[in-house]
Amino acid sequence: MSSTRRTSTTIAVQSVSKRFVLRHDRSLKNLAVSAFRGKDLGNSFLALDDVGFEVGEGEAVALLGLNGSGKSTLLKLISGVMSPDAGQVLLRGRIAGLIEVGAGFHPDLTGRENVYLNGAILGMDEATIKQRFDQIVAFSEIERFIDTEVKFYSSGMFLRLAFAVAVHTDPEIFLIDEILAVGDAPFQQKCLGRIRELREEGRTLVIVSHDLDMVSTLCSRGVVLEQGRLVADEDIHAAVGRLR
Amino acid sequence: MTGAPAGARPRAGEDGFEIPGRGRGLLDVLQRRYLLRLLVRKELRVRYQGSALGLLWSYVKPAVQFCVFFFALGVFLKVGQDVENFAVYLFAGIVVINYFSETFGNATRAVVGNAPLVKKIYLPRELFPVASAWVAAVHFLPQFVVLLIGTLIAGWRPTLGQLAGGALGFAIIVVLAVGLGLLFGAINVLYRDFENIVDLLLLVVTWTSPVLYTWVHVRDAIRRAELPDWLLTVYQLNPVTSAVELFHYGFWYGATTKPYELPPNLLWNGLLSLGIAVAVLVLGQFTFRRLEGRFAQEL
Repeated sequence: MSSTRRTSTTIAVQSVSKRFVLRHDRSLKNLAVSAFRGKDLGNSFLALDDVGFEVGEGEAVALLGLNGSGKSTLLKLISGVMSPDAGQVLLRGRIAGLIEVGAGFHPDLTGRENVYLNGAILGMDEATIKQRFDQIVAFSEIERFIDTEVKFYSSGMFLRLAFAVAVHTDPEIFLIDEILAVGDAPFQQKCLGRIRELREEGRTLVIVSHDLDMVSTLCSRGVVLEQGRLVADEDIHAAVGRLR
Repeated sequence: MTGAPAGARPRAGEDGFEIPGRGRGLLDVLQRRYLLRLLVRKELRVRYQGSALGLLWSYVKPAVQFCVFFFALGVFLKVGQDVENFAVYLFAGIVVINYFSETFGNATRAVVGNAPLVKKIYLPRELFPVASAWVAAVHFLPQFVVLLIGTLIAGWRPTLGQLAGGALGFAIIVVLAVGLGLLFGAINVLYRDFENIVDLLLLVVTWTSPVLYTWVHVRDAIRRAELPDWLLTVYQLNPVTSAVELFHYGFWYGATTKPYELPPNLLWNGLLSLGIAVAVLVLGQFTFRRLEGRFAQEL
């Protein structure tokens, strides 16, 4: 039993904890004071406390919780942007983290240049980007502005292009933070459609969102966090029910 | 939650499981050359955005610098009177210092400067300091061409050994600048003081190497003050000094006709300096990896 389950695991979060320091004052005066008084533990807070779960291949899991419950921190640990203080995260397969859509975009480059740069940042090679370029631009529906600098884009255009690049990468694992801050209703539908496609292709999805309706149609399982602790790991409808 | 027996837990390195965010440092940079190229191109595009002269600016700065030094030192203070083709001598040192300063200075700021990326997407973060070194190399190339033209006009007929010396000098300066850039770039994330410390170091570095004077001045000063001779060796073991002297040897010495006393043990000091630079690179990479886990939360 366990061996079959194990071979299909793609993400294993094992008793992970993460502590943040609240004050970042490194002036000489403060360093002297803290050295004199010893380490001040009141200054830190536990963003994640002994969280553990596994995600199987092709599963779509929602991370749910109120603001500040540790969802985004957990996503950052899974993507490797941060590393946990205790426990560990293990992954199998290539990962694309949409921790924030458009993070790798530079305002002074044109849309075209940004597609290439961001594609490479998300792990695509030159040939793949070239081959998918037209698809990406068509998806974003901003063909006319592709050779304009991104700083002249409206926020909607910017997000469309950024999202289009991200969903045309080819990883086995997608981490998605608040996707549907993207664009107008028709474009949102298109994005949702694309995410369903990714799921049907057997890719693993981990989604952070406050849009409970959207999440319950996309995911099959919900992991609920509360003040950094895992309080439930269950069927998506039961998990969503906890937050309503 | 899963009820799996403890023995069945996935472990790092088994069944293809890996720990995210734990790269192989500079080796990963080699693998992601395409991304590196795009980052370098981005850097250059952004720097010369909306500028009419564009990349030509990378000629203007060294040209002005050269003129100031040439007239102030060579003409007014007459430093270069005992040096044949002083202009070439001066410029050969300046291009080395310029490359070093630009790489070291920008690499120190590279991680902090790319905070939005570092915080949100995992990439081998070594890419940013290495990209700084490439951008500096793009600026170095035209200066180097000017140096070659200048020295050819002055009558430069190099030997193979001299060219190899120049190449060794360049290798020293690249390895050293990237190593220091990794080291200070990582520490700078935690303590922004280091940007200022590096600026101070760069202010001094032009004068601690024989760019504006010759090594003979240093030897004579040591002798006049009746200090021990090994101080000169210490002076020469500064990898920047070695690189500058090797550049003099490679691109200026071949243009001299009068006898000129080369600094002692030029080759050995050069190889030792390369060793020191490699040690700095290893230390820089080590420190960078130790601190890398904290980048995202400190920025």
